[in-house]
Amino acid sequence: MSVGQVLLVAVLAVPALGAVAVAAVPHDRAARLTGVVAAALTLLATVPLVGGDHGWFGYGPRPAVQPWHQLDLPWVPGLDLRFHLGVDGISWPLVVLTALLTLLCCGYTLWRVPDGGSGRALVALLLVVEVGILGTFLALDLVLFFVFFEVVLLPMYAIIAGWGGEDRRRAARKFVLYTLLGSVLLLVGVYVVVAAAGTADLVTLTGGAGLSRGTQLAAFALLALAFAVKSPLWPLHSWLPDAHTQAPTVGSVILAGVLLKMGTYGLIRVAVGVAPEGARWAAPVLGVLAVAAILVGSLVCLAQDELKRLIAYSSVGHMGFVLLGVATLTATGIEAALIGNIAHGVITGLLFFLAGAVKDRTHTGSLAELSGLRETAPRLAGLLGFAAVASLGLPGLAGFWGEAFAVVAAVRRGGGFWVTLAVLAALGGALTAAYFLRLLRQVTHGRPSPAVGRLAPGLAGAELTAWAPLVLLALAVGLAPALVLGYATGPVDALVGVLK
Amino acid sequence: MSEGIGRLAPLVPLLPGLPLAAGLVGLLLPPSPRGAATGEDRARRVAIALGVAGAAGALLVALALLTRVDHPVEASTTWVDLGGLRVTLGYRLDGVAVLVATAVAAVALAVQVYSIAYLKRGPHDDVEVDHRYPPYAAQISLFTAAMLVVVVSGDLILLLVGWEVMGICSYLLIAHDRRLPEAPAAAVKAFLVTRVGDVGFLLGIALLGVSAGSFKIADVLAHPYSTGTLTAACLLLLAGVAGKSAQFPLHTWLPDAMAGPTPISALIHAATMVAAGVYAVARLFPLFERAPVALTVLGVLAAITLLLGAFAATAQDDIKRVLAWSTVSQIGYMTGALAVGSPTAALFHLLSHAAFKALLFLAAGAVIHAVGTTLMSRMGGLRRGMPVTFWCTVVGLGALAGVPPLSGFWSKDGVLAAAEAAALDGAGPTPQWVGWLVWLAGLLGVAVTAWYATRLLLRTFFGATRIPLADPHDPPALMRWPVLVLAVPAALLGLAGFWGPFIGRIFAPATEAELTDFGDSLTHLGAAVLLPLALLLAGAGVAWAGWRRDSAADPARFLGPLRPVFARAFRLDDVQHALVVRPTNALARAARTGDELGVDGLVEGSGHAAVGLGGGLATLHRAALPRAAAGVLAGALLIGLAVALIGVAS
Repeated sequence: MSVGQVLLVAVLAVPALGAVAVAAVPHDRAARLTGVVAAALTLLATVPLVGGDHGWFGYGPRPAVQPWHQLDLPWVPGLDLRFHLGVDGISWPLVVLTALLTLLCCGYTLWRVPDGGSGRALVALLLVVEVGILGTFLALDLVLFFVFFEVVLLPMYAIIAGWGGEDRRRAARKFVLYTLLGSVLLLVGVYVVVAAAGTADLVTLTGGAGLSRGTQLAAFALLALAFAVKSPLWPLHSWLPDAHTQAPTVGSVILAGVLLKMGTYGLIRVAVGVAPEGARWAAPVLGVLAVAAILVGSLVCLAQDELKRLIAYSSVGHMGFVLLGVATLTATGIEAALIGNIAHGVITGLLFFLAGAVKDRTHTGSLAELSGLRETAPRLAGLLGFAAVASLGLPGLAGFWGEAFAVVAAVRRGGGFWVTLAVLAALGGALTAAYFLRLLRQVTHGRPSPAVGRLAPGLAGAELTAWAPLVLLALAVGLAPALVLGYATGPVDALVGVLK
Repeated sequence: MSEGIGRLAPLVPLLPGLPLAAGLVGLLLPPSPRGAATGEDRARRVAIALGVAGAAGALLVALALLTRVDHPVEASTTWVDLGGLRVTLGYRLDGVAVLVATAVAAVALAVQVYSIAYLKRGPHDDVEVDHRYPPYAAQISLFTAAMLVVVVSGDLILLLVGWEVMGICSYLLIAHDRRLPEAPAAAVKAFLVTRVGDVGFLLGIALLGVSAGSFKIADVLAHPYSTGTLTAACLLLLAGVAGKSAQFPLHTWLPDAMAGPTPISALIHAATMVAAGVYAVARLFPLFERAPVALTVLGVLAAITLLLGAFAATAQDDIKRVLAWSTVSQIGYMTGALAVGSPTAALFHLLSHAAFKALLFLAAGAVIHAVGTTLMSRMGGLRRGMPVTFWCTVVGLGALAGVPPLSGFWSKDGVLAAAEAAALDGAGPTPQWVGWLVWLAGLLGVAVTAWYATRLLLRTFFGATRIPLADPHDPPALMRWPVLVLAVPAALLGLAGFWGPFIGRIFAPATEAELTDFGDSLTHLGAAVLLPLALLLAGAGVAWAGWRRDSAADPARFLGPLRPVFARAFRLDDVQHALVVRPTNALARAARTGDELGVDGLVEGSGHAAVGLGGGLATLHRAALPRAAAGVLAGALLIGLAVALIGVAS
């Protein structure tokens, strides 16, 4: 096995073994510490994956997916299923982001365990979720992809139902039933493709693999619907506000930060890659729904009166920009979607951490009961301001690139239809600014409300440790977008190549 | 390509880099603890040092570059490549860029120094004004850096970065004063109105960049666009320009922004924010020159803005709001010059306006500091107690009204001369009627400006005092010196129009067409000067005559029934509220209701329906024995029938 293959296995094995170890260690705090170490080791294993053969300089015909490292083992020989993992410029940033956010969440849990259950169990579940998400991003076999996609579901359900807010059971049930519906569609879609093509290997399948037009249309419709539930794409989003609002802080961070990305990643890698003909056919519908998501999401936020719910709905709008980028099916649009994915993960992760901190301190999330935060807790207010400003897409911070270039890509696609979508999406950008400024005005300005008045101004060290990497990343990705896109050009060009 | 500035090339990134670094470090400083504001605690001292050093460093770099740069130089490196669209990180310097950068850095330095004393708690203040001095100074530094990025940027996306960061800094700074309940709303309004304009700006940049395959300004200027694309792109850019430069109909944020501390008003009005829009059009003027439709639209908006601002300024009682509306009006002169095809005249007025408007705001701040109110109805007779402030205000107002030989006279005359040439000789790319419109509006504006400038001077500094208890005095040295220093360019900058190196730099980016149509002279002395001078005298004279009749009463009373209309600026705020804000909020509420009851209702409904259906089926299965037996028999019968039928069929 090469170093790369060892790393690929380690990225999945370390958190899996970590989860087992956390469950086995009897002492609660020691168990949580074990979890943090496992998450840290996972992050350390994901970073060097970037080294290796980037191989985009060769001649002759090449497959449209060229992993930097891959591991291809027989899994169920009787069914011709293979344990095929690989990483490339599209998946690597998401893999690192997942490992980072899980580490931050585990570290945060070391400091504070939400009410509802033992911290040990929460950390173990977080690690299991991490295995599922990382596996989804690494899988190069369609069935394996599906399996990892499903691994995430139940531990996430347990996290919401176990450690969530007052209405947690209903929200968790809605989350699991709704996304299971998506999974059923995904399963059917996967088997439509596998049955027609006779293989589940994503490297072979990317580019259509000789699937008939009818099969591609059916497969794309099924897969896109499944991923649209996960992303979520309006109007299939209504599980998300409840789940986010009720989930504990770390649950919301993982949910918004990386879990949603499984949907957009799947759309780019699986749906568009496997059924390019279907993608071309459905692109206008996808574009319209994406813009509807942007506008409806922003408008709902403008009339929203609960802090976490507002941030949850803002995800609908932001993912709308990502999906608009994908829908254009241009290299610019897909790269915008990739960086938009990462930026949303970083910024919304930070926003949920901060909203959790506000809620933990004031015991309310109602905007009407929050005001004057900058008077009593200037640092928390400053960070909330930073995160909100980053989220509204201020140029120079991470959120800008994805949103602005989704619009640019739609303009580039040309024609009245796409230009109209670009204009509406850009207007959605202004609405995004409107609701975030409304949020800041309500929460940070004015005289302190009774709930805010008794706050202590300081921040805990654990909080700063968990938030600082996200603040720095939001700034770093904004100033140096090549951090995310530096390796994506080759794979994206190849993907766009098969779309032509 | 940077051989023109030789060894100074590495300095260029420092121009925005120094204030940026000062700002970022400053944001990390702890906010001064409450209650510790009597002395200068350590965080405040560090914040002061950082802010002043950042602005002074930028000013030194700008001055160093000013000595070297006379022709365009640029350098760039790839920032990121998004699917074949290259975004570059680089600068594009020419004489104008360095002149504007110098003005920005100089005003920023004056504001940083002035703020030290202005935001300091006096012994009798019952409210702490400065316990957040570190973030305040850091935000000014970021603001300065953002404007300098706009000025030197060689790429449209980089320009957009500076453009929007400036917006967010203005938002933060306008909301700084916690004693004013209206400040947060004004801050939100400032950011949102400009952001709405920026929707157009982004789309315009997208259109230009996508067609040219690059966002680099040099590539964009060199690309042969079709007329349709170019007109659309320029019109879209104008939306952003109207937002930032407070042009009708997106001007409504600027007067409200007066809720910010006075030094911030000086910063926003003189050298940064509002200047950015004019500068951006001048920077991209070769494109606008080929899109006369866009320039025509700009000309109409300029004429409306110019008069709207001037008339609104006549009826304000708040000294800062008079100055704010005068900014709207003066920017109208600049965009008017752009519209008739003379960006050089616009830039000259931009520079002199930067000097005299910064002076006026800082002097007004000294007045407000002394009397504790912004209302002119509670001032009067301050001339004796505050001679320095008085004379500096005289210089500033004289320049604003265009009294020779102060700076504003020369630069406003340049604008009027360009408009006159466009009106009478058909010079410039726009139709002749646009020239007439701008020229006539400009001339009428001169008279109105003279009227309200005179009114401001008389109401504030002359007559009997209307605040019997206070003992107004000139401000402390840290506030006095920036005002005095700014009085020099406000008075003399116009004379630079006779000085070779200045002329060379300001004309550096001028196009062939502009030079042919409007000549290469900044100053225009001739019979044409007499007309604006006569109007100036008329305007000032009418105001003075009105004041003479009753020195305690406001000359604005002569406006009669128009006074409330002017005071509320033709009620455009209400129009904006009725046409944009209320419908958007209603739409938002409808969207929320629709989403919760419609989309989510469907989901919840299907869940309830499934549960209900399951319950129904379960009830059906809970049957008494006779019915159950009948059911089983009926089932057996049906299966038997089916088997028999299939057997027959096969």
